[in-house]
Amino acid sequence: MRIIVNGAWRETVALELSAALQELGYGEAVVATAVNGEFVAAAVRAGTRLAEGDRVEVLAPMQGG
Amino acid sequence: MLELYGTSLRSRLLLGTARFPSPAVLTAAVRAARAEVVTVALRRESGGERAGQGFWSIIRELGVRVLPNTAGCHSVREAVSTAHMAREVFATAWIKLEVVGEEDTLQPDVFGLTEAARILCADGFEVFPYTTEDLVVAERLLAAGCRVLMPWGAPIGSGRGLNNLFGLTALRAHFPAVPLIIDAGIGVPSHAARALELGFDAVLINTAIAQAGDPAQMAAAFAQAVEAGRAARLAGPIEPRDLAAPSTPVIGTAFRR
Repeated sequence: MRIIVNGAWRETVALELSAALQELGYGEAVVATAVNGEFVAAAVRAGTRLAEGDRVEVLAPMQGG
Repeated sequence: MLELYGTSLRSRLLLGTARFPSPAVLTAAVRAARAEVVTVALRRESGGERAGQGFWSIIRELGVRVLPNTAGCHSVREAVSTAHMAREVFATAWIKLEVVGEEDTLQPDVFGLTEAARILCADGFEVFPYTTEDLVVAERLLAAGCRVLMPWGAPIGSGRGLNNLFGLTALRAHFPAVPLIIDAGIGVPSHAARALELGFDAVLINTAIAQAGDPAQMAAAFAQAVEAGRAARLAGPIEPRDLAAPSTPVIGTAFRR
């Protein structure tokens, strides 16, 4: 299945968000996630099904003003 | 003491963490500023590089409170989603709410701002809205549930200081009990001192320190200016006048008939 991760098309075999994050190399990284513009809390990533073409955002702390 | 959403702070200088030449310089500047609050953001993280993880460990080692922002958000929906993501990652209800309305000035979209503030306050966030000096917008933000306001001094990164002194003075006079933090546009320590002299409760500085020749030294200079401005405000500045008033007593002046 193909999904869009942080604006780029990626191929994944994962069916759920938590598995996709593992597959994409995020491991235990401190990140926050959104799918199709809506926040997905860490606690419900495992139950969040992904579909072809879903837009996934994976954000982490960064410098800011 | 400065009180923001029930948190008491000694320092009235909040520091942005962007645009520093290196993490070491950022760390030195935070210490020199004696800042207790720093602003942070969220950006896309690559699963390979994980650049954000290193930054986050630096901030945690500093032991300061973080104020996450929604910088770069252009819509209510983006800002609200970003706020939720920030609350989870940074484990704080504080959010510096920015909704960009215009690219040249990065002027806040005050319509989107008030709407996003209403949604987030109702959801338990403690919202620090980046706004203009507009009194009606300020009223709306307070009605939405905001208990702190962050009016701009001048456009972000412009270094122009307090662009609309009259408007900012009116804002201060109109909301005497609301913590007001001048955010954006401060260029040099005298601008910050002026803000505190006018009765603003604090300033948030980023570019003026991060892009200075010696950021740590500039951070120390800002810390002194903020303390001086606050002390002057408490001491009660004199009113300006148009004509001279002799400071030396006139009575007993020699050589007079």
